[in-house]
Amino acid sequence: MNFRRWWAVTRKEFLHIVRDPLSLYMALAIPLLLLLLFGYALSLDVDHVPTAVYDLDRSSASRELIEQFKGSRYFDIVASASTPDELNAAIDRGKAIIGVVIQPGFGSDLKGGREAKVQLILDGSDSNTASIALGYAQSLVTLYGIEVRAIARERLGAPKVNSIDTRIRVVFNSDLKSRNYIVPGLIAVILMIIAAVLTSLCVAREWENGSMEQLLSTPLRPVEFLLGKLAAYFAIGMIDMVICIVTGVFLFEVPLRGSAVLLIASSALFCFGALCWGILLSTITRNQVIAYQLSMISSFLPAFLLSGFIYSIDNMPPVIQLVSRIVPARYFVTILKGIFLKGVGIQILWAELLALLLYGSIVFFIAVRKMRAKVA
Amino acid sequence: MSEFSVVIEHLTKRFGTFVAVDNVTLNVGKGEIFGFLGPNGAGKSTTIRILCGLLAPTSGKAIVAGYNVASDPELVRANIGYMSQRFSLYDDLTVAENIDFFSGIYGVAKDKRPIRKQYALDMSGLVGREDSMTRTLPGGLKQRLALGCAILHEPPIIFLDEPTSGVDPIARRSFWDLIYQLSEAGQTVFVTTHYMDEAEYCHRLALMYKGKMISLGTPAELKQALGKGSMEEVFVESIEREEAASV
Repeated sequence: MNFRRWWAVTRKEFLHIVRDPLSLYMALAIPLLLLLLFGYALSLDVDHVPTAVYDLDRSSASRELIEQFKGSRYFDIVASASTPDELNAAIDRGKAIIGVVIQPGFGSDLKGGREAKVQLILDGSDSNTASIALGYAQSLVTLYGIEVRAIARERLGAPKVNSIDTRIRVVFNSDLKSRNYIVPGLIAVILMIIAAVLTSLCVAREWENGSMEQLLSTPLRPVEFLLGKLAAYFAIGMIDMVICIVTGVFLFEVPLRGSAVLLIASSALFCFGALCWGILLSTITRNQVIAYQLSMISSFLPAFLLSGFIYSIDNMPPVIQLVSRIVPARYFVTILKGIFLKGVGIQILWAELLALLLYGSIVFFIAVRKMRAKVA
Repeated sequence: MSEFSVVIEHLTKRFGTFVAVDNVTLNVGKGEIFGFLGPNGAGKSTTIRILCGLLAPTSGKAIVAGYNVASDPELVRANIGYMSQRFSLYDDLTVAENIDFFSGIYGVAKDKRPIRKQYALDMSGLVGREDSMTRTLPGGLKQRLALGCAILHEPPIIFLDEPTSGVDPIARRSFWDLIYQLSEAGQTVFVTTHYMDEAEYCHRLALMYKGKMISLGTPAELKQALGKGSMEEVFVESIEREEAASV
């Protein structure tokens, strides 16, 4: 490893970057764009569920139940059906996701202590939203029933009955805002894509324009060459990282509870690995188009699906869980959520940090070996 | 052994079943301009790439600047300058930036850098155009700059792989003046070409055909041996004889 040769490559790489302002702007703007796009569009919070009601009872109790739905921020009454067909049409057309049918005799059954009937019809085509909406609706109806009965009993002079009092404390993301865990995960996905794509072009370009052969005939070693390239793109990757963190904290108001230094250090580790991945693809394929496409698919899909960013790894089949262990974004997502939301430090995250270091080193080692093999 | 810059013994390179270089043996002396003449696919470039340590030989031996290309490719690379068919400059860098880059990777000593940079600018006729983008240079100047960049570290041996392809005749002529200057300064120049007029400029020539070296000698010797007046006739006659012999 010769410092002067390494620096010559780094300097040249920086010159390439500044001479191509369009690519530079893209490299800096795309992460921000992705973060804004996903940050705003990708919300898993279910509220204001469009709701259709069909009141067959038309009693004061049924009206009161409908008022309860109206008053909840989770439901928006979008249709009041007067026939079963109208209710079905509202759900078929996608106007409503949930239909509430209050059966005849609901009010009198409730007062009389008999089983009062409410039917919930759900559009299950979006099963996630449907099951969350179902949960909300069930608890709303049940609570209403308990309340009405309790009042009725008190009126009859029965002693006040205390049911079980559940006190809930949610730690780490107390508002249960999905954005708070989506944004840190997004940072990992975006950084993985950008870093891998940036470097995927840089070695293949040298093969395509014939300069690689020239370089291979000089005393320049593969390690110096690759580290030189890495250094230049590492700078861009870290700028992107800072843009993402600042946007996440100030625009999306994601709490940053842990150490900023640890955040930067772990990002550097992750960035190194992702850049090495792009370099490896570029070294193997020697073709910019193929390297670009491979880097796009191989960074985006695993980082998005197998990192635990949205989809919990614990719920995946064991084989997929095993596969996710070789996805570096998985470790980085854990680190990011840990630092952002839990405020935990290196004593908890050391294994993930080690995994990132290992990943980067192994991929870099293979890339150097592949370069050497091409020389011989 | 020391009077030779390049020693090749029974050099063979196979790609699968295809024999690109077939049992070639030759020596190139110090300060010699040695030409490799042959049609496309004759194995000229493959041989040069083996000598530069870019490809490993299948069998045989090649010694460049006293080092074996198979066992000491790094020492070989420190002692050669190589210019490939495509002038391997960076189009989006300026003339000065290209020179500085190659100066860096060739490890030119810091105190020597300004002198070598000036030399490269002088020889390529680019004094005053240091800040021009390389992509804006005409082919002839680019080619001279590429040569300048390849010899910044004053290598004893220079390999030029079809250095003049795609360059106009006047630029070619003045490029050969440069090659003569290098040779007079004691540097060995190993050049491949398929231009007959260029073949005449070489001190010695090897005619390559289908991986084999079919004749070797000075241009005058080759012409005399076949009783021909021009290199072109020598070239055509040699290949025809080779074809007839192999049938």
